[in-house]
Amino acid sequence: MDSALIPKGVKRCPFWQFALFIGISGLIALWGVYAMFLCWFKALNQTNMNDYYGFALWIWADLAVIALGGGAFFSGFLKYIVGKDELKNIINYAVLIGFICYSSALLILAIDIGQPLRGWFIFWHANVHSMLTEVAFCLSCYFAVLTIEYIPLILENRQIDKVPFFHNLSHNMHEIMGVFAATGAFLSFFHQGSLGGVAGVLYGRPFAYREGLFIWPWTFFLFTWSAAAFGPCFTLSLTKLMEKVTGKKLVKDNVIDLLAKISGWMIFTYMIAKLIDTWYWGAVLAPQAGFTFADFYSNNAFYGKWIVILELVLGGIVPALILTNRSMRQNSQLLTLAVVLGCIGVCTNRWVMVCQVMAVPVLPFEQWQLYIPSWQEVATTILPVAYGAILIGISYRYLPVFPQERELNPIDCMHAEPLQDSPPVIAMPQTVAA
Amino acid sequence: MKHSSTHQKTNKYGMVIDLDKCTGCGSCMVACMAENNVPFRKDETDKTKSITWMRVYKINNGKSFPETDICYIPRPCMQCGGVHDDGHSPCVSVCPAVATDYSQETGIVSQIYTRCFGCRYCMAACPYHARYFNWWDPIWPEGMERSLSPDVSPRMRGVVEKCSFCFHRYQLAKNKAFVEGRETLKEDEYQTSCTDACPSGAITFGDLNDPTHAVYTLKQNKHAFRLLERLKTNPKVYYLSTRSWVREACDNYIKGEMPQIAAAHHH
Repeated sequence: MDSALIPKGVKRCPFWQFALFIGISGLIALWGVYAMFLCWFKALNQTNMNDYYGFALWIWADLAVIALGGGAFFSGFLKYIVGKDELKNIINYAVLIGFICYSSALLILAIDIGQPLRGWFIFWHANVHSMLTEVAFCLSCYFAVLTIEYIPLILENRQIDKVPFFHNLSHNMHEIMGVFAATGAFLSFFHQGSLGGVAGVLYGRPFAYREGLFIWPWTFFLFTWSAAAFGPCFTLSLTKLMEKVTGKKLVKDNVIDLLAKISGWMIFTYMIAKLIDTWYWGAVLAPQAGFTFADFYSNNAFYGKWIVILELVLGGIVPALILTNRSMRQNSQLLTLAVVLGCIGVCTNRWVMVCQVMAVPVLPFEQWQLYIPSWQEVATTILPVAYGAILIGISYRYLPVFPQERELNPIDCMHAEPLQDSPPVIAMPQTVAA
Repeated sequence: MKHSSTHQKTNKYGMVIDLDKCTGCGSCMVACMAENNVPFRKDETDKTKSITWMRVYKINNGKSFPETDICYIPRPCMQCGGVHDDGHSPCVSVCPAVATDYSQETGIVSQIYTRCFGCRYCMAACPYHARYFNWWDPIWPEGMERSLSPDVSPRMRGVVEKCSFCFHRYQLAKNKAFVEGRETLKEDEYQTSCTDACPSGAITFGDLNDPTHAVYTLKQNKHAFRLLERLKTNPKVYYLSTRSWVREACDNYIKGEMPQIAAAHHH
């Protein structure tokens, strides 16, 4: 039915199967859209946030998807700036995931603010002292960069590419993509960092507060570092998931291995910095404000010490050890375990830096605050997941997301779909490796 | 964090609340709500969503009868000035749209409701929970809207609000002084509604920089302290209590640590 749109030389599931997948994902997305409109029209009383939990599930989701989407900027940085050319075989997918994550983050922010129609005030009346201002500017600019990076992939669709203008546009955009990758890396450094700074500058909240370098608290650097370290874990997790779902090998092992190794060493070095930060915070900073490390983890089971172990040991040290060890990361199951643990680790870190900050009482006569999100919050948080599934589904079906797919999954010519048009000569970096 | 013109005299309005005098009657809370058009709902049982610019906490010494003792702590916005009183308040420094600002002229932290877009970052930054979000549209019972103060703009849903030290009273007093050809205000010309309403005279308000104002002397009392001084937020609300357990209950100390250690940050 839609064979004319499917890239040449690859096999896709029957259209009804694809339509069913999009339909189910679409229904979930609709549920989220309904909740989103409830929040916009009936206000934020639709959530279970309150005056203690001004930042809650959404802000965590926002920070988490941005950290996970960090694979896009870091892979781009490695390919275009450092020169790791093998990564061209996974960069499209990293950009696609990044695009989904960042568009989701912007949507979540648009729901989260109490007066969405005034959202532009953050640009117009910008307070240059606020970390959130830096976040807004860099996030928006980087989303524009990701869009520019995603467009050439769309233009490579078989039918669009037939139009000479789009074909040439795509070619020319590829030629200058290094400039955008560098811009993206620069912008990402600042917005990932400023998201860390959002919590780190809160000197009224000893759980979050950190000292730092110039105007930037240490969390600024830790967030950038962790996004670069764990972002590729998410790219690799979703690649593994795609391979499982499609039943095909989509990216060669050497590419996976290279990204996993770089991610592993990044996590390893990040963990050293994070452990030093945690020690200094627990031993020096927090006591200056009258708190001990145990004060932050001892009141209730939800925010117990297990969360530190989950974040630092299971979600940090374990994936670092697996991914830096060649024999372990070349074991497919261990690799999958490591990248999934890495994703859990960075998401836990973001949870701690958003929700636990709100939970810990600062006034001695206040109580710990626990919070359960409303269904509207859950639905709007699941919305990006459904939207991501739809976009990945459509992109995978109609665009050459994985350049090595054709080579890794040769189709029996007898069963291949007839080619209805002559193949265009595409000058793009994603050509199949010899 | 804009600085006012240098030829203008700078005031530092603040409060001294004598906790030994406070009976916890709540008059200050009621007066504040009425004065500032603070919205409320039919069901106010969920206190995590109640807007109380002035909130009275009740604490006790944790001992059983006959040694039990309680204390009420009225908590308005602390109007923090930051470490060097340079306006680097926890909330002002983080607001992305300059919807809250620190006045060098008065030392008061403002909230611009029509500028606020409701990101709630300031609420996350405030350790005193002095900031409140309008989760609902403000709706007053039939007829009650006629009793709203015309001097204070009601807030729309989706924005943050907080105690302003009854800033509209300051503006009215300044207008009067201007007409009379004066630049400075007398102590009794500008008083907050909670100060006026307190039946036991526990709240004293005035210019902390002006030696002729009562707060200037009171804040130097040996029993004076501020909430969470160790955080270096530099509040303009001082408390007085002769009871050491009350003073100790108003900041965080590590077990075995002497509260006097923190007093090093006092002034």
